[in-house]
Amino acid sequence: MSAASRSTPKRTRRSSFVERTLVDIHHTLEQSLFAENTARQPGLLQGLDPRLKILAMLLLLLAVSLSRSLLVIAALYFLTLGLAYFSKVPLGFFVKRVWLFIPFFTGIIALPALFIVPGTAWVHLPLGLVITTTGVQTALFLLLRVGSSVSVGILLILTTPWNSVLKALGVLRLPAVIILMLGMTYRYIHLLLNITNDMFLSRKSRLLRPLSGEENRQLIGATSGTLLSKSLQVSSEVYLAMQSRGFRDYPRTIDTFEMRPVDWAAGLIVSLVFLAAIWLGR
Amino acid sequence: MDAMKNELIFEVADLCFAYDQKIPALNQVSLTVAAGENLVILGANGCGKSTLLKILDGLYFPDRGSVLAFGNPLTEAAFLEDAFNFDFRRRVGLVFQDTDVQLFMPSVWDEVAFAPLQLGVGREEVKQRVESALAALQIEKLRDRPPHQLSSGEKRRVALASILSLSPDVWLLDEPTTGLDPRSQGWLVEFILNQRQAGKTLVTATHDLAVAEQIASRLLVFDEDHRVAASGDPAEILGDHVLLHRCNLSHFHVPAGG
Repeated sequence: MSAASRSTPKRTRRSSFVERTLVDIHHTLEQSLFAENTARQPGLLQGLDPRLKILAMLLLLLAVSLSRSLLVIAALYFLTLGLAYFSKVPLGFFVKRVWLFIPFFTGIIALPALFIVPGTAWVHLPLGLVITTTGVQTALFLLLRVGSSVSVGILLILTTPWNSVLKALGVLRLPAVIILMLGMTYRYIHLLLNITNDMFLSRKSRLLRPLSGEENRQLIGATSGTLLSKSLQVSSEVYLAMQSRGFRDYPRTIDTFEMRPVDWAAGLIVSLVFLAAIWLGR
Repeated sequence: MDAMKNELIFEVADLCFAYDQKIPALNQVSLTVAAGENLVILGANGCGKSTLLKILDGLYFPDRGSVLAFGNPLTEAAFLEDAFNFDFRRRVGLVFQDTDVQLFMPSVWDEVAFAPLQLGVGREEVKQRVESALAALQIEKLRDRPPHQLSSGEKRRVALASILSLSPDVWLLDEPTTGLDPRSQGWLVEFILNQRQAGKTLVTATHDLAVAEQIASRLLVFDEDHRVAASGDPAEILGDHVLLHRCNLSHFHVPAGG
């Protein structure tokens, strides 16, 4: 079983580099395990065909991008919250996962818009700074668009097992070899994370004192080198294992998805929502 | 049946192989494997067992000597021919020692479907083969699970299912009991014996004497110089403690103080 199933150590300010790395690895593995578990529990979106979900996600993203109404975009965001609720995704986790990071990335871009977009003055600040109503509107548009789009993407990942997402990408005519490469990358990231985890655990078990900056740098160098060498070794063995089972130059895959009446009905509803969002937000 | 039993699946003569042309793995190895035989290759770690299996599977090619499979030479040139490659891959399946290497697909179902799909088996037959392999290995519940979330025993079952769906005539098994608990080990021995009863040819590499005793119809022992030290009846070889000790397969414990 992966390391994610063990109890997670806590990251503190006083933690050493080795401990912090271990905590981060645990956190990454736990997140992935949590997403897989949520995707496999019964729920509204979990029961739908993954191909439909990918197409629906694209339609919703398009609607969020094309809509010129804040209200419509906000409605689409609340729609994702509703879908998350009925798919048994913990709402607190879902909202936090989106809005904890957006202020850092999008907020930095949206902030100047408050001041530099010309329009009616709304709030006067010291140093002659003026927030305009148009500036506020522009910043809100940006934040809501990004927040809603990220929510749609995260909802897809939390309600669809990763391997089904990959297989369903075939509906977008993505070549099978690209899908196979993505799947193998995801698969072996987990293997390498577990190897890294074991390497750092064995280092931690032999540590008698905190490492100095220079020793930490040496540790990173040695670990990276070993990991690179291991990943090369694993990749060549994996290729042999593929060859052994008949792989030549192009992977042949099989699509096992089947659209049921409930999927067609969901597809119709999403199409209507898309058209309504475009019409109302024009 | 007798005629089939006399048919030679592999004929290896004077085989030498070294990694990077300097780290020896096999030294003047000669052996034959007959149809329906259950050959167990015994040897200590690093004696060349895994390398030999990869050569028998046409993944590595010898530096010297020759390997024939079903009467045809196993060479790089031969595998460039689609017909030969397809026919050989359809008839021979290798279960790798490291299941993390063998299980590269995103889900168990895809893993089991991989080999028949690559070999051009029709869509409906692939589905049928996958379902029957999953049922035979009792892993139907794991069908949608990603391999990285499975336990060692489950991974081993999936690895076996991924070869079973190929329905090969010849099984090459590399240290199949590594990392398994006693119950899974017992189950695996049953699986191997069932394959043998079904007329399959099996070549198993291991250093587990107990497993070798249970499954072998013939034993081949490698010494630490990467040579064949003995070949023959399992009871006879397993009773030769001097040979096993010389090949680092048994250990005499000397209590402290003499």
